[in-house]
This record gives sequence, C-alpha cells and structure tokens, in this order.
Amino acid sequence: MRPILLKGHERPLTFIKYNRDGDLLFTCAKDHHPTLWYADDGERVGTYVGHNGAVWTCDVTHDSRTLVTGSADTTCKMWDVETGTCYFTHQARSIHWFPYDHFDQPARAVALAQGDEKMCISTDPFMGVPARVHIVNVAANREEQTNEIVASFGDGVEGRINRALWGPLNETILTGGEDGVIRAWDVETGKIKLEARDHKKQIQHLCLSEDKTHFVSASLDKTAKLFDSETLECLKTYVADRPVNAAIISPILDHIVLGGGQDAMAVTTTSSKAGKFDSKIYFKVYEEEIGSIRGHFGPVNALAFNPDGRSFTTGGEDGYSRVHHLDNDYFRIR
Amino acid sequence: MDGYVEWDKVDVAKIALPPGDDMGVVSDDDDVNVEEVKMDSGFGSVVVVDNLPKVPKAKHEKLATIGTVAEGGLHMPADADGVTKGFAFVEFLNSQEADAARQQTDGYKLDKAHVFKVSRFDDFAKYDAVPDQYEEPKPKPYVARENTQDYMLDARGRDQYAIRFGDETEIHWNDAQKKEPVEVYKRSFWTESYVQWSPRGNFLATVHRQGVALWGGASWQRYQKFSHNGVQFIEFSPCERYLASGSTHEGGGDTSVVVNFFDTRSGAKLRNFQGPISDFVVHAAGSRGGLTWPVFKWAGPSPEGAFFARMGNNAVSVYSAPDMSLLGKKSIKLEGVIDFCWSPADPILSVFQPERGGGNEPARVALISIPSKKEIRSKNLFSVSDVKMFWQQSGDYFAMKVDRHTKSKKSTYSGFELFRVKEPDCPMEVLELPDKNEKIVAFAWEPKGHRFAVIHGDGARPNVSFYTMIDDASAINKVKLIGTLKNKTANHLFWSPQGKTIVLAGLKTMNGQFEFFNVDEMETMASAEHFMATDVEWDPTGRYVATAVTSVHQMENGFHVWTFNGRQLYKHGRERFYQFLWRPRAPSLLPPEKEAEIAKNLKKYSKKFEELDDSIRSEQDSHLAAEKRAVMDEWKRWKQAKTEMLESEEHRAKIRKIMTARYPNWREGGGEDVVETKVDMEEIIEVVEEPLR
Repeated sequence: MRPILLKGHERPLTFIKYNRDGDLLFTCAKDHHPTLWYADDGERVGTYVGHNGAVWTCDVTHDSRTLVTGSADTTCKMWDVETGTCYFTHQARSIHWFPYDHFDQPARAVALAQGDEKMCISTDPFMGVPARVHIVNVAANREEQTNEIVASFGDGVEGRINRALWGPLNETILTGGEDGVIRAWDVETGKIKLEARDHKKQIQHLCLSEDKTHFVSASLDKTAKLFDSETLECLKTYVADRPVNAAIISPILDHIVLGGGQDAMAVTTTSSKAGKFDSKIYFKVYEEEIGSIRGHFGPVNALAFNPDGRSFTTGGEDGYSRVHHLDNDYFRIR
Repeated sequence: MDGYVEWDKVDVAKIALPPGDDMGVVSDDDDVNVEEVKMDSGFGSVVVVDNLPKVPKAKHEKLATIGTVAEGGLHMPADADGVTKGFAFVEFLNSQEADAARQQTDGYKLDKAHVFKVSRFDDFAKYDAVPDQYEEPKPKPYVARENTQDYMLDARGRDQYAIRFGDETEIHWNDAQKKEPVEVYKRSFWTESYVQWSPRGNFLATVHRQGVALWGGASWQRYQKFSHNGVQFIEFSPCERYLASGSTHEGGGDTSVVVNFFDTRSGAKLRNFQGPISDFVVHAAGSRGGLTWPVFKWAGPSPEGAFFARMGNNAVSVYSAPDMSLLGKKSIKLEGVIDFCWSPADPILSVFQPERGGGNEPARVALISIPSKKEIRSKNLFSVSDVKMFWQQSGDYFAMKVDRHTKSKKSTYSGFELFRVKEPDCPMEVLELPDKNEKIVAFAWEPKGHRFAVIHGDGARPNVSFYTMIDDASAINKVKLIGTLKNKTANHLFWSPQGKTIVLAGLKTMNGQFEFFNVDEMETMASAEHFMATDVEWDPTGRYVATAVTSVHQMENGFHVWTFNGRQLYKHGRERFYQFLWRPRAPSLLPPEKEAEIAKNLKKYSKKFEELDDSIRSEQDSHLAAEKRAVMDEWKRWKQAKTEMLESEEHRAKIRKIMTARYPNWREGGGEDVVETKVDMEEIIEVVEEPLR
C-alpha cells in the first residue's frame, strides 16, 4: 500500500512512538516541536511547543494522557497529550542536590517504567560531566510532580547513552550508547548487573519485544542484534550493508525491521540509491532478509511498529515520516 | 572478561605461533635476506691505502700531502723508529665517499715503485674469513614438492579465485551449483601490497616489502621466495619459468630503477638491471613520458625460448632467457620509437615510431619477428598523432587504432589498420568507421576468434559495432561489419575467453551497467546492474563473470558472480575490497581435434554433468531445510521457556502489582474495563441570522 507521507518537521527526525492503543503517533525531530498525528490516516493533530533544542526521544503513558520528551535544551518536559500544554519541566539547577541531583546536560533518552510510576532520563556527557541515567518519580496527580531524582547511575559508561529502557518487571534499566556496550543496571543498587560487548561500534537504538523477553539493538557496526533481556545473551545477528540507526520487532510476526543508511555526513557524495536508505525486513529467527521498503532520500533515523503489528512508521534524516500500512501479501510471507 | 586480555596474567615467553605457520611474520632464524642484511661495522667509511712509500718521520709532512682526499681522518701507523709502515687509513664522511675515493685512487701511480692499492677496511675482515681449504658445498636434501596443479583435479571442474580485502587474502572455489563460494585457504596479512597468480595458475605470488614469495599446492606452502627490497611491480614470463620484479627508489634527489630477473624454480637471481630513472624513460619526441611498468615486456611463449624486451632511446633491446643476454648482442635500432608490444602467442614484436624531422619522415609501424629480427611487415603512416596497438589473443590478427590529425592539426579522427599476421605476406587493410569523426571509446578482439568489437560515438550512449575478419561471401578475406548496436550504456568491452559472448560494461561514469551479449546470434542475453562496479573479470573457462567494486569507491565494496548469460549466482560485500583474481588454468592437454569432437557431441557429455548438478542442488536444498528447522526448533525451545516464566502465577502477580499501582482498573491481557460514560452534548455548528424579506 502507498505509504502516507507525514510532512511536519523541518529537520531530521529523531524518534517515533506509538501510544499503546496504536491510534496516536508521536514524532520527535531536531526542530523543537514534537508532533502528534493520527496513526491511521496521518492527519496532524498538533505540536507540543516549548522546547528550545532538538528533541531526542519521547515516551507516552499507558493511558495516553501524558507525554514526556527529552531535549538537547537540557530539559525533560511532561505534557498533557490532549491539550498540548507542558505541565512540568525537569530543568537544570531547579532540582535540589542529591548525589547527582541536577543535570544541566542535554537529555538524550527518556523512558517510562511499566506502570508509569517512574521514569528514567539519560543525560549526555557535557562540560566534563559524564553521561548518566537518572530516575524520577511520576506523580499520579500532576500538581504533585516534583523534580527529585530518586536514583542516578552511570559509572563506567564512556560517551553518550543513546537509549535507556526499563527491563522486565522494572528490575533493570537497559542502556546502549557510544561505547557500543549494552548494560543492564540494577535499579535497586545502581550497579551494573550484566554487560554485553557484542557490538563493535556505537549503539543507536534499543527496542524491547512486546513481552519484554528479548530486545533488538541497532548499531553503526552495520548489524542489529537480538538479546535475551534477562541474560543479555546475544541470540541473533542481522547483518546489513549499511550503518543501522534503528531496529524494531514486529509485535505479531517473527520479523525485524531495520533502518539506517550511509552516514549523514557522507550522504551528499553519492546518489540516494547508494546511500541504502531503504528499510529492511528480516526473519527474526532465520536472520534472513525478506524484503525492503524504499522511499527516504536520507538515512532512516527512527522506526516504530504500531502495537497492532499491521503498520509501521519510518522517520528519516530528510525530515519526513512515512507510515507504511502493510498489505496482505506481507502477512502471507512464510 | 570477554575480549580482554589480562596482560599481567600472560606469560609472554610461553606464547608460540602454531608449528609450521609463521603467520607471515618473518622470524629471525628465517634466512630471508641473508645477503641483503648487512651489519654496519662502523668502518664503512674507512679505506686502507697500501703501497705508500716508507719514509722516516722527518718526511711525514711531505707524505701527508698526498692524502688530499682525506677529511681529517688520516692515520699513518709508524714503527718505533718513526718510519711509516707503508700504508695509511683514511676515513671519509660516509661510505659512498669512501667508495668513490677507492674507485678513483686504486691503482694510482705515485711513482714507479709505488702503485696505490686502495681497499675498503671492511673487506679485510671479509677476505680474512675465507677458509683456506676448499669445502665442497653439501647438496640440499631433496624435498618433495606438492603438486601445484592439484586445483585442476577438482572432480567438478570448479574454478578458484583469490580475493583481497582489508588485511585478509582468501582463496575460494566458485561453487556455481551451490551458489556460494567455498573457502580453500585464507590468511591475514599475507601480503603488504598485492597478490598475483602466475600465468598458468601454479602459484600465487605475494608481494612484500622485502621481496616476492610464491605459494602453491594443496596446503599453500611457500614454494619460493625472491628478495628484492621495496619491490613494486612483478611480471611473470608466460611460461612461468621467470619472474621480473621492479622497483623505484628515491634517494639523493635522484630516482633509481632496479629490475631483477629470477628463475622461479631455483629462486636464483639471473640478472639485475639498475640505473637512474632517466635510463629507463624514453625521451623521444611524442613519447608518453614517465616511467611505465612493465619496463620489460615478456614475449608470447615460443619454442625458440623466452624473450623479453625493453624500449630505449631510438632502439628496442630484446633479451633472451635463461642466459639473460642481449639477443645478438645488439639492440634493434628504431629511430624515435615510443611504443612496442608483443604478440601474446608468438615472439613477434610490434613497434611504433612517430613522425620525425618535423613531419618530413612519416610515422611507421613494423612487425618484427624474433629471434631473426626480420621485419615481417611495416607500414608508413601520415599525419598521425597517436597510435594504440591491439593484438588478438592467439596472435592471428593485429590492429592499430590510428588517430590522425587534419592538416590544420585542429581536429583528429580515428581509423583502424588491421594486419593478418598468420597469412602469407601479412596482408593489411584499413577500416574506417562510417562516421570517422566519432570518438573510439574501446576496442577488443575476440580471443580465439576472428571478430572484434568497437565502442564508438560521443556522448553518454555510444554505439557498439561488431566486425569479422572472415568474409565468406567474397573470394578474398575482407573485414566485414556484422552489426551495430545503437545507444548502449557501455564504455568497456569484455570478451569471454572462449569468444562468442561479450559483456558490454558501463563502468565508472556509467555506474555499473552490464549487457551480456551473444555475438553468434547477435542478441542480448541479459542486462544487469552492479552499482558503481569498477572491475569485470571472466573466469578462465568463460562460464562465469565476476564484477567488483574495489576500494576506489568508499561504499558498496564487494563482488558479484554471474553466469556467462547474465544470471546472478551470488554477491558478497567486503569492506575495503582490493582485488578479485580468477586463478588461471593450465593449458589444455587435449589436441584441437579432440576438443572439436567434444564440442560436437556436447549433449552426450553434458548429460552426466547435469545429473551431478541436480543431485548437488537437491542435496543442498534438503541440507538447508534441515538447518532452518534446527534453528527454528532452538528458537521455539527458548521461547517456550520464556512463555512458561511469563505465565507463572508469580510473574503475573508482579505485573499486576506494577500496573494496578497507577491504574487500578488494569486487567491482564489488555481487557481494561473501559468506563463508558454517556455524555449528551449539543453542538451548535452555525447560527446565522437571516433577515426575512
């Protein structure tokens, strides 16, 4: 089926998120305005205005009422999804002093814990402060929201933490970043529980499966890998011929979608065909390529599957998002 | 820790390379470069002057004035009476100066009684070490060599190729039935610059800083090594008996050229050519300038011996192996020669001399037979600006692309001169394309055939024409146009080694377009693309074609393998891909009649092979299916374990606790009880007051 082209951003896309019901689609880009769309027909609902820097990631609560976004403007904002008003900002210096209790570093990754009682924010290394992951509480009552950091960890990490996810049962936080190492942090102690050094270059994206038993990682070493989320054992490797920026797991079929492409810096030196800007679908178990979907004229930076598994969205360096509704031929693939 | 070496726990002394493999690391006890490695004794700049007059101390002053070449390092030993002993040590700034002084002053006659004998100080120790008794050298024990042609014994007649990428060099079988390469041998850091097959495929030559090594046999042992420091270029003789290696060396503002000739069997150095670069470059008017490898070119194989030639100023020097001497002790004098070429099949030399005397003497092309040095045929050409020479693979035909300029010298146009070398008197004819102003992009003879292909035309989509040298319709053989293909994206021609099939390739600016064309039927078998391809190589049998993108491009490095009719077999990406080389096959042992008979009864023979292919394919299919099943079973086992854990009451309770903390209405399986509240709303869409008329 013809993809729906979402033209709403002026700068490269950074992140895409569906809400749990799969009817809303949130896109983040290097322009400062996260945007909300109807996932089905691609109609733009509105933008969340308030950030002053590139927005790197977002997450939305189970009830689709609250959106949290992390931005390079050193803030992490909480929005009312429906009205688009920002009701709270985790901001540098406003947070009172805990061991690492304030950050004035760009926020890179945000993720809500299962159950939405907590969320984690990863901050970039900045002015000599190394990258860290901070955990803050999410208040049920919005008026009671505070910026108190309940825990903070990151010892041993080199470079940025590009993604942070809550592991199964909120017991661990999984991180991946510039040093190419995937770590599982114990939420209780803040210590590294497990490490996986399977990737040779930086990790761009992590994505958990629907049941949280395994996750897929995307790396600039031109591979995506599937890991057991409890043991961090590398189960599968998907070899692509381009740096991989994003990888997602189909919620209903044993398929993986990879997106990426030639480094944005080198893109202008070759034609769009040489840049490998198509998204590739792989068999999750056999590690074999099924097919590819073309369209972007810049590297694919972000990918997200609709929770119903019948469509997915790609976001490119070219500033466009494309909603791909998968047709019946796809579901007949064995 | 995985992947980390804890160095404090490593006993370095215990680390040893696997026996029999030096991993390409030259160890100290290896005898590589025994000749080349010279310890600097520190006395290299000292010479000893003997046969000086013995003079008493009083006359020392006088004697010292003789040593004017000395640089403050003159020492004349004297005995107790103060009489000099008749020799002196002279030290120079460096060994080169010392050598020069030695050459100049050795044998210098001071007077009748005193003739200088000047020697290097180091030589004393060297000659002193020569034992007085002659010791017969012991013959080396015979070591049986592996069969270097074992690859020809492959039951399925597959071909091998070598690839080089990153720091790896790998050799594979091209397994067309399985549609994948099968690894034969691989090694990291096998070469420091490049690898090359010998012309008959017996050896793989690896080029290193210190020299060249030959490898072969089933276990890829080193067969021979040749020491040549800084070697840059190697060239085998077609018979594989000899190897030429060349290098240029910068130093002291002048570049020097070294070319060594080796015997590949014994490893002995047969001859060495050495000199400043100006000796190796032709200075004649119209020459293409610069040093172009190969400086020495090998002649096609012949029963008379192996010949090689080099172009000098106004002459071509032909040498013969194995004595490596100048043939007939004289070079062939050719005024102003700027290009020469050997027939690939016979010792016939083609030479080109451009116009001389400001256009008064015409340009000239000659075919010279070696070793007789007789001119078979020559041809004068007028108003020629450049000539390119093309020999047909079996030496039957010779073509020249002649670029002529108009009288005003403002524009040039091209034509061809075609020679039938094997026919009596070597008849020649001229071919001009219908539009002679068109640019000639490429020209290629059909190997083992009588046809040739030309790409001509300006712009992005030139035409491709095919001609034959045999005209059945006429009594005498005349060149005849077979057909022209219009508007092809092609700038390179690659004939199959068997003829008949040609790949029209659009490389470089044409982004890697290919057309597999059958010239017998004049029909296109397939069109294909290998994006940005830089190289095309046919396998020696003409069954498969490899296309490659080498590291001249940053992206998409790797190679594709196709059948002769343009069906893709497999493709492999390799970062930093440098070389793809099919291994040449040894010459066929079948006489031509036998080959013709096989070609006639092909059906009978091919049946056997088709059955073999089918059985391999079906075996592979079932093998693959089993493998897939195994992978799936393992995944299912893993998944089963996870599912059991997920469905355990304990796990479910934990999830429930997590979720209900914030969402009291949460139900397992997503069946959240949606609280439906009916809200009656009245929406006024538009109220317009309209005045009543």
